[in-house]
Amino acid sequence: MITPEQRKADDERIRRDFPLLMKYPGVAYLDNSATTQKPQCVLDAVERYYQADNANPLRGLYALSVQATEDYEDAREKVRKFIGAEHHEEIVFTRNASESLNLLAYSGSELFLQPGAEILITIMEHHSNLLPWQFAAKRRGAVLRYLECRPDGSITDEMLRAALTPRTKIVSMTQISNVFGRLNDIRTFAKTAHENGSIFICDGAQSVPHVPVNVKDLDVDFMAFSGHKMLAEMGIGVLYGKKELLEKMPPFLSGGEMIEYVKRDSATFAELPHKFEAGTVNASGAVSLGVAIDYYNRIGFDTILEREEHLSEYAYQRLTEIPHLHLLGAADGSDHHGIFTFTIDGAHPHDIAAILDSHRVDVRAGHHCAQPLMKFMGTPSTTRASLSFYNTEEEIDRLAESLSGVRSELGYAD
Amino acid sequence: MPTKSFYNEILTDHNLYPTHKHDLPDANEELEGINPSCGDDITLKLKVVDGVIEDGAYVGDGCAISQASADIMLDMIIGKTTEEARHLSELFLRMIKGKVTPEEMDELEEAGALQDISHMPARVKCAVLGWHTMEGILDGKGESVSTENQ
Repeated sequence: MITPEQRKADDERIRRDFPLLMKYPGVAYLDNSATTQKPQCVLDAVERYYQADNANPLRGLYALSVQATEDYEDAREKVRKFIGAEHHEEIVFTRNASESLNLLAYSGSELFLQPGAEILITIMEHHSNLLPWQFAAKRRGAVLRYLECRPDGSITDEMLRAALTPRTKIVSMTQISNVFGRLNDIRTFAKTAHENGSIFICDGAQSVPHVPVNVKDLDVDFMAFSGHKMLAEMGIGVLYGKKELLEKMPPFLSGGEMIEYVKRDSATFAELPHKFEAGTVNASGAVSLGVAIDYYNRIGFDTILEREEHLSEYAYQRLTEIPHLHLLGAADGSDHHGIFTFTIDGAHPHDIAAILDSHRVDVRAGHHCAQPLMKFMGTPSTTRASLSFYNTEEEIDRLAESLSGVRSELGYAD
Repeated sequence: MPTKSFYNEILTDHNLYPTHKHDLPDANEELEGINPSCGDDITLKLKVVDGVIEDGAYVGDGCAISQASADIMLDMIIGKTTEEARHLSELFLRMIKGKVTPEEMDELEEAGALQDISHMPARVKCAVLGWHTMEGILDGKGESVSTENQ
């Protein structure tokens, strides 16, 4: 059991690692599902890379380029271990989860989608795991279908089974919804999809930063996530894919670094993972992600989980006390994973966010890049507070107090 | 702890108790205005006779700023000529950009309550939605107007 004094000491110890949090002690940053702040070690690693190791990786035959290549490939190895992949070739660096999913929807759909095939996604998907499939379906003459969740955001294996058909070739699903914060039972769903002969893709953008993820244990065929949501720089993301599947897929982008031989009318492609990494890579971004992973390992997922679960339970308790506030998702703080999306009667989310901003509480308002879900839930837009392990109870108190005053600031009597 | 609230009484009153938020069966002009970023969606209805805005109303949904701004606008333009309404619109848009004289501020009456919006770039589109929609009607735009293309 962690005493309140210990927790406060941990708060201070962790927050000291984040220069931006120290710079703005009066700001409660609660938009971590959009992007996280960066620890000093990540910022230092980027600076050190450019001061000491920078050259174009993977091509030069001189010592600096070799060093840059090593930095880049070391980062890939750290990612591989972090998500429990078997081979380093299975880790493709991209710009972000969106690009990873686009890569799949382009290259994968050529392989997996024939005319008449079905793609099944859930209604809770972020636009980045929705639009690439909408476009792929149009290109390939396939059909995009939606698995609708229950009103509380949950999906069961029975619901998935009922939605699968013999034509379902691809199932793509988020592990943690950026609106509900619920953890989907990916291991079970992947097994069910595989029994149906479907490829299973997992959007890990909200899960990889917050829960330990092991792609072998989950047995997903592909997983996409972003570095900037897990303490690294913007502009670096990951696509994990099973080697035998990535090998069969055609390249996505073409250009430098992704070829073996180029003739006037044809080319042979480089080995994995370089086949999917055309052009000069984002080496400093990869380095920052590697160092962010080192930081996760140093703090430890035990500590991160304990802190985020504690904060989630606390936030759930505080928010559900507020009159006129309606929380989306689980009726249980432990299945929110730091994500609290809500409405307040009579208050537009953009007004809520503006009022919170005047109290220096940073939250997201709008459709959260999930318009079909908002329509399905019957609400045009919502407000979302999302936590990270560096947040504190005091920040949640400020969120709750500011929210309690929203209606009166908007002129309501109660 | 809180800094000065942007949501002053003029704004909250017009949002919670709008005078002009209703249907207008004898309107001869109407246009939908959409602000995709906030999801504000109003339909402005005007009765224009011989260059005079004899009556006006709006229906729709949106944030407090968009709704209050549309209601205040209608307070100001009903009974005015279309030329006068255009002039007020030009003043309002200039106020939002922070470029009006004190005399011009007086002319804007209650719409001046939205002056501070110039410090909130993300909300400017909410404040101007009603005014842009009115201009759309006066310009004879047939389809809906969106703040995205401003």
